[in-house]
Amino acid sequence: MAQMPLEVNGKLRLVDADPTTPLLYVLRDQFELRGPRFGCGLSQCGACTVIIDGNTVRSCSVPVSAVRDRRVTTLEGLGSVENPHFLQTAFVKEQAAQCGYCMNGMIMTAKALLDKNQNPTDDEIKRGLEAVLCRCGSHLRVIRAVKRAAVNARAKA
Amino acid sequence: MDTNTIFQNAISRRELIKGTGALVIGFSIWEPTSRLLAQQLPAPPGSSPYNNPDYLDPTSLDSWLAVMRDGSITVFTGKVDLGTGVETALAQMVAEELDVQFKQIHMQMGDTAKTVDQGRTAGSNTILRAGPQLRQAAAAARQELVKLASARLGAPVEKLTVTDGVVSIAGSPAKNTSYGDLVGGKSFNLKIKVTGMQTGMIVAPEVRAKDPTKYKVVGKSVPRVDLAPKLTGQFAYTPDVRVSGMLHGRVVRPPVIISKPVNVDESSVSHISGVVKVVQEGSFVGVVAQTEWAAIQAAKTLKVTWSAPATKMPSNPEEVDVYLRNTKSFKDQIVMEKGNLDSAFSRASKIVEATYHWPFQNHGMLAPSCAVADFQGDRVTIWTGAQGTFTTRDRVASMLGLPKRKVDVRFVESSGCYGRLTSDDAAEDAALMSRAVNMPVRVQWMRADEHGWEPKGPQQLMAMRAAVDDQGKVIGYDFSARTFPWTEAQGTPQLGERQIGQKNTAPLPGNPVGSGAVAPIYDFENQKVVGSYIPWPQDDPTPLRTNPLRSPGEPGGIFASESFMDELAFELGVDPVQFRLRYVSDNKRATEVLIAAASAAEWKERRSPTPALSGPKAAGRGVALAARGDTIVAAVADVDVDKSTGQVTVKRITLAHDCGLIINPDGLKFQIEGNIIQGVSRTLMEEVKFDTTGVTSLDWLSYPVITYRDIPDVKIVLIDRPEMQPFGAGEPSIIVVPAAIGNAVSDAIGVRMRQVPFRPERVLSALRVKGTAKQPS
Repeated sequence: MAQMPLEVNGKLRLVDADPTTPLLYVLRDQFELRGPRFGCGLSQCGACTVIIDGNTVRSCSVPVSAVRDRRVTTLEGLGSVENPHFLQTAFVKEQAAQCGYCMNGMIMTAKALLDKNQNPTDDEIKRGLEAVLCRCGSHLRVIRAVKRAAVNARAKA
Repeated sequence: MDTNTIFQNAISRRELIKGTGALVIGFSIWEPTSRLLAQQLPAPPGSSPYNNPDYLDPTSLDSWLAVMRDGSITVFTGKVDLGTGVETALAQMVAEELDVQFKQIHMQMGDTAKTVDQGRTAGSNTILRAGPQLRQAAAAARQELVKLASARLGAPVEKLTVTDGVVSIAGSPAKNTSYGDLVGGKSFNLKIKVTGMQTGMIVAPEVRAKDPTKYKVVGKSVPRVDLAPKLTGQFAYTPDVRVSGMLHGRVVRPPVIISKPVNVDESSVSHISGVVKVVQEGSFVGVVAQTEWAAIQAAKTLKVTWSAPATKMPSNPEEVDVYLRNTKSFKDQIVMEKGNLDSAFSRASKIVEATYHWPFQNHGMLAPSCAVADFQGDRVTIWTGAQGTFTTRDRVASMLGLPKRKVDVRFVESSGCYGRLTSDDAAEDAALMSRAVNMPVRVQWMRADEHGWEPKGPQQLMAMRAAVDDQGKVIGYDFSARTFPWTEAQGTPQLGERQIGQKNTAPLPGNPVGSGAVAPIYDFENQKVVGSYIPWPQDDPTPLRTNPLRSPGEPGGIFASESFMDELAFELGVDPVQFRLRYVSDNKRATEVLIAAASAAEWKERRSPTPALSGPKAAGRGVALAARGDTIVAAVADVDVDKSTGQVTVKRITLAHDCGLIINPDGLKFQIEGNIIQGVSRTLMEEVKFDTTGVTSLDWLSYPVITYRDIPDVKIVLIDRPEMQPFGAGEPSIIVVPAAIGNAVSDAIGVRMRQVPFRPERVLSALRVKGTAKQPS
């Protein structure tokens, strides 16, 4: 066990964990977050995606010791039901989730995409989200939601 | 035309070498003595809920709903939302009937202590069956509330109107009272008439429900109540359940077929900090730890010597095909028989035959199985995403030797499960481990556990045969499907229970379903449709254990029957849509659905295949039509096939859908989109890989599913039938997708694909067999 500082959604905390623990379990069990979800533990599905310093990271496969002193953002860090991020608003508007389990990965990956490209084409959205799996078949609505979010964000900018 | 009549005479060279025709060597577990399971759908096992303290009394109105002081309504239902949106749709139906606002309704779902057992959530029957059950309970409640209001306001019932839960005298809106004032926070103490059980329960049939022409909430695309919390990380899925003092458990399953742990070396994990206990009971092995990561590491590190498996798995799908083909069935179900087939075939001027293959497929839940159990001496609470919480309760009670009422199972939604959670393995695992440490334990399977040990959708073999007379008319239709029963239909002991030595006491197969032999939507003079079930081991489960997978058997069955319709149309040189219209006869709904799909897709009449274009890419389109229960669907697929790589690209699916009365059009459309996309995935890429040692496709790389690059455009036509009941929509639209794609591929390249999935190498080898040149029709 080791103590290390970790900043999640703007809050800095000392974390007490085996340094090899994947970030996902620290987020879920110590920070009590529900946004990052366990899907495969193999970096294959994307359900556990978080953003670290602007890039998406599969939190199931990164030891917590590797991200000490870094800034981690999770789905909760974007917004809440009461005060949603524009991506979350767009996803709700398009009703872009069935079971919703994969949507953490979709939204976090879309966030990183839109931060770099404010006006993505359908193909760019598809390529950006390619490695996030959805089993219910919400893909078409996710594409529409990301486009809607991009339009809204540009209108506000 | 390939006339591979599999069931009579085909004996592969390999079998001849092995010296047997009928039995497949090495499968000692496939002996016919192996006991078989009934597939109790639609009615899973359960006891009568009447005068039974183990069940909430369905004849008490208070079992169904409660009016709160603030006028909001809590609805109690044994059905659960598997991520399809039925929580919202059922709430719409209740709000409509009670004349309250949609937002006044709160649903409490799937808690065995608080809800009536309405049967498991499966078979697209939630809106179809539980919808009317809740609607009638709500209608009975409204009737009672209006009666109470009549007494309070001193006005006859006929003079009263209800708006948003406020009852007022017509013409004098100031004279009013509200549901909350009338019974808020109190019981109705009212008996209602209820007969039947579970899915088949009939609730308050004498109470007149609202006239559908007056619907205001039903038929509207009300946004789903669960999405905002899900999209912000505030929603608690099963894996998010946290109980005070909770520990983390992981199962350690044998790598292959159930073996016995000869030796469990506890010292092998003693160096891992936080390990609480290595749990061993019979053949069940698990680890419990203070943290999830410690449990995962311990499960991975624990040295277990497993006994050599007593039996061997088949080495590949071809061997299973041979077994399916040559093994005596235990049940031949005549789905439909009409006229005289023998006579039709004897006077046929042409006989067309073909055989189709469907592989073992995964449900592939994105969240692996998970449950939390809190065992406290004489009782246990379980949190699970099971499709049938009452069945989980009964199983856990039996496993732990507790009375049913001492087991409380609470539904907490997991990821979409598509039938997988009709078998609730994780609840048993968690209960066993919680009992072993006397603390609450959360168990989550790892990805390899899930891909390896989830019960699969079974492999199928379909033989089609048609007799055509000299006028080009189909006079005989013979459809025979062979598959395995579900070894894990809910209600039977799951993995954990069997590992601790509990025997399967389920009755021998009564009425299995899921063969894929579906009565055609067409009217042929002479026809016979038979579904045959082949013995499959279940006393000693293997990683090829089976259970229902979305629209069980039908994607495969309709893949065969609707591909075969096209084969017949091609053979006779008739446009595939026109050919189908000839035989739907006077089925007006089917005609309308087919025409709706064809016109939305701008179908152009053709005698397939379409003339070949030059270049490596060939374009094609195909159609398929089918019914599932009372729901009718038709799809048109547009595909490209790269003849140099064999890659099939589905460009567009156009689908027309008639499921009677539509409750929530946008929710319905979304179900259809999901079915289409999952259908494309299952058609193009999905197949469980295995060898004699077990399942080898243990992750998402070895069992690929569809990703964005393969998502087609989707066009949906909804046909609303307000005069009808609402029928199911969670599954029907997936069943036409494989055949529509297969027919489109055949149209494009002139080669008939009779085996799913259409992986590039399979398409290429089919092209090579036939030669790349298109055969003109």
